[in-house]
This record gives sequence, C-alpha cells and structure tokens, in this order.
Amino acid sequence: MSVSQAIVVDKPPPLARGWPRARIVGYALVGVWILFGLGIVAYLVYAWNPEFFARYAPAYLQGLGTTLSLVSISMLLGAIFSLPVAYGRMSKNWILSGLAYCYVYFFRGTPLLVQTYLVYYGVGSFRPELETVGLWWFFREAFYCGVFAFSLNTAAYQAEILRGAIESVPRGQWEGAASLGLHKLQTLRKVILPQAIIVALRPYGNELILMIKASAIVAIITVYDLMGNAKLAYAKSFDIQAYIWVAIVYLVMVEILRHGIEWIERRITVHLHR
Amino acid sequence: MPAQSIWTLLSWGPDGWSDDIASGVLVTIVLALATLPIGLTIGFFVAFAKQHEEPSLRLAANIYTTVFRGLPELVTLFLFFFGMPLLLQYLVRLFNPAATIDVNSFIAGMIVLSLIFSSYASEVFLSAFRAIPKGQYEGGYAIGLSKWQTMRLIILPQLIRIAFPGLENCWLSLLKDTSLVSVVNLAETLRQSGVAARVTKHAFLFYSVAALIFLALAILSSIATGHILRHLGRRAVR
Repeated sequence: MSVSQAIVVDKPPPLARGWPRARIVGYALVGVWILFGLGIVAYLVYAWNPEFFARYAPAYLQGLGTTLSLVSISMLLGAIFSLPVAYGRMSKNWILSGLAYCYVYFFRGTPLLVQTYLVYYGVGSFRPELETVGLWWFFREAFYCGVFAFSLNTAAYQAEILRGAIESVPRGQWEGAASLGLHKLQTLRKVILPQAIIVALRPYGNELILMIKASAIVAIITVYDLMGNAKLAYAKSFDIQAYIWVAIVYLVMVEILRHGIEWIERRITVHLHR
Repeated sequence: MPAQSIWTLLSWGPDGWSDDIASGVLVTIVLALATLPIGLTIGFFVAFAKQHEEPSLRLAANIYTTVFRGLPELVTLFLFFFGMPLLLQYLVRLFNPAATIDVNSFIAGMIVLSLIFSSYASEVFLSAFRAIPKGQYEGGYAIGLSKWQTMRLIILPQLIRIAFPGLENCWLSLLKDTSLVSVVNLAETLRQSGVAARVTKHAFLFYSVAALIFLALAILSSIATGHILRHLGRRAVR
C-alpha cells in the first residue's frame, strides 16, 4: 500500500430537508398568522366605510399630534427632573439618597393609571385651595394633568437609567480625569457622559416606546389623544375598526422607533466593532 | 348629614369602604395569580420557538412578540374586550343563529394580561436560553437522555435560576397592569377605590389608598421573591 494513496473522505450527504415536527408546527403557526392578517385586511376591506373614514381620519391625525406632543413634553420635562433625582440617588448624603429612593420606589411601584387618577381626580378635588394659590387653571385641564403625572413617572425611570449608565463607567475614568486636573463637571461632560450615553441609549429608547404605549391611558381622563379619539369613534359608531386602525397606527409608530433606535445604536458603536 | 371623618370612611363595614376595597384587592391578586402560570407557559414556548433552528418557528414567535409588545396594553384590552365577542358571535351564529355572547371582563383581562406578560417573559427566557452552553444539551444527549428529558432534567432547572430576576420584573409590571382592567369595569382595587372616591368626594384619599395598596403588593412580592431566590441558592451570585 503506497503512502501517496490519498485518503479521500466523502462528505456526508446533506441531511434531507424532510418534514420534522418542528417544521410542521412552524409552518402551521406562520399559516395561522397569515390567516389572521388576511382576516383583518379582509375585514377592513369588507367594512370599508368612506363616511367613517372621512369623519374620523382628521380626528385621528389630530389625536396623533396630541399623543406625540404629550409624550415629547413629558419626556423632556422628565429628563430635566431626572437630573436632581439621579444626583440624589448617587449622593452619599443619606437624607438625599433616601428621599430620591422613596421617590423612585413610589413612581416605579405604583401603576401609572393610579398616578394619573391621583393627579387628575385627587389633586383636582382641592379646587378651592388650588384657586387661592392660582394653580387651578393647570389642574383643570386633563392634558396638563397627564403631562404632570407622566413627567413625574418618567423622571423616576429616567433617573434610574441615568444612574445605571453613569455607574457603568469604571471608577478609573474618574480618577484618570482627576489626575489630569479636570474638575468634576468637566469630567462628567467630557469623559463620563460620552461613554454613558452608549449604555443609556437602549434603555432611553425603551422608555420612549413605553411612554408612547402608556400615553394611551390619558384617554381615560378625557384627553382626546389617539386612543381618546378611537374611544370616541367607537362610542359613536360601535364599529370595531375604530380600534383596529388605532392599533395599526401604534404598532407602526413603535416599530419605526424601535428600528430607528437600533440604527442609531449601530452608528454610535461603530468604533467598538472590529 | 354630618361630615364623616376619614377614619369612618376607611373603616370596615357599612359606613366605611375598607371591605369594598379589600374585595377589590382580592380580585387584583387572583387576576395576577391566574395570569401568571398561563403567561409563563406561553412565554416559555415562545422563547423555545425563538431559539429553535427552524426558521418558520422563529418567524411565528417573532411576530407574536412584535405585536403584543408593540401594542399599548389598553388598545389590546379594548380590542379583545369589544372584538372577541363579535368574532365569537360570528362563529357561533354559523351554527346557532340565536346565540348571543358576552365576555366576562375577568376572562378578557386574564387573556390580555397573559398575552402581554408572555411576550415580555419570552424575552427573559430567550436570554436565559442563550446563557446555557451548548455542551449542556450535548452532555444530556451523550448519557442517553431524550430531547424532552434533557430539557426537563438539565436545561429547565438552570433556565429558571437564570431567568428568575427578569421574571420578577415581569411579575411586578403584571401586578401594575392589572389596574388597567378596571377600565372595562372589573371590580378590582382601582375600580373599587374609584367608586369610593366618587361617592364620598374624597378622591385624593382613596386614590392614595389605591397607590399604597399597589406599593404594598410590590413590597410583599419582593419579600416573597427574596425567599424564593434564597431557596434557589442564587442570593450571593450576581
């Protein structure tokens, strides 16, 4: 037997594709989804009502505007208010950190719906007192009450995101900056925050999505946001497509945001990929 | 009628509202506990499908989570509460034209909360699945266990330990989401407090009570999960 005789090993043949159980179940489930989607499309076509559309489409658009402005104002105010809360959470002073902890615990531990009721119906029930202080105009409007409750709520969540992101930056970064002679604010701005933002982006994006979804509950305190207009349309027409349309709008909004955030994340972490 | 003191309002019995609110708390707890096993089971299977090698299974599971995590909880609730009777009625009328169907708000709430809870829990289970090395499966097969036995005896015990902290968060948000079902007239904590607030005109008092009850439930569940964690022996591991 000569050494030169090469040993030829045949590759095993590729596995037959076949129909294992997982594939049957998978195709069946995808089929159910396709049927479901087709069913909804068919229903919307079947129930197509130009009158309904002409009547409520402008209201939906206006509601979309209300939802977006509610969410953006609350996110912004929450971001501002989250700064002192996050500072308190990281403070070594136990009174400050205790207060901040209680604030965060309360707003994260109770449902947003309860907080909204507490502001709109609860604070609103002190009408004479509010009128003497001159704040009644604020708590009279459901929209302002929604903004108030949402800002306080998201401030608690954003403070935790901020704290987590800042604490995720290693201590050596602070020490290094201090040894270069940067003072604390400079360190925070030039060294810590650029690194913290990468960590914080995804949670901030999730918080934005959660806020958009949660904003539907202001419809219950009579704000005519997207959901509020859907409720109104349903109450007037008893047509379930009122809710189907609004569901589609929310779903599209959330998906656009989700993919946008993923895109931004890919862009700002380019230097981390090899 | 003389003005009632808040202690009378908060007392137990015909003058006070504590008994009404307590029955609401009971409904909240039962609703959350009834949702939990259903949501966990669906969530586990969705996560299992998401990490399966079969692409069609993955696709089906991804559609599920995209839909139920993308829709606001309230929209899902209303769609089911108002849409499900229509659909069922349509189907039933094919056989029995005279039938009418009413959906119980407890059942509707339970279904919707299970859908939402399971789609969030599936993400937790999925990352736990990914944290288990492939060797664990291979080891299981090597000693002659079947696929199902490997899953039950080797993977699942590890999976639960890894997923537990994430599931705790899901449970806390489930507890908070039960308050949404008050919107479709289920007599749970928030609904009962709202009734008390409207009747007595002490809105701030009763909504604060509702908030404190939810806070107490959250604290109680973190104590309970602390015990379970210690039992699982993962207290020190972080």
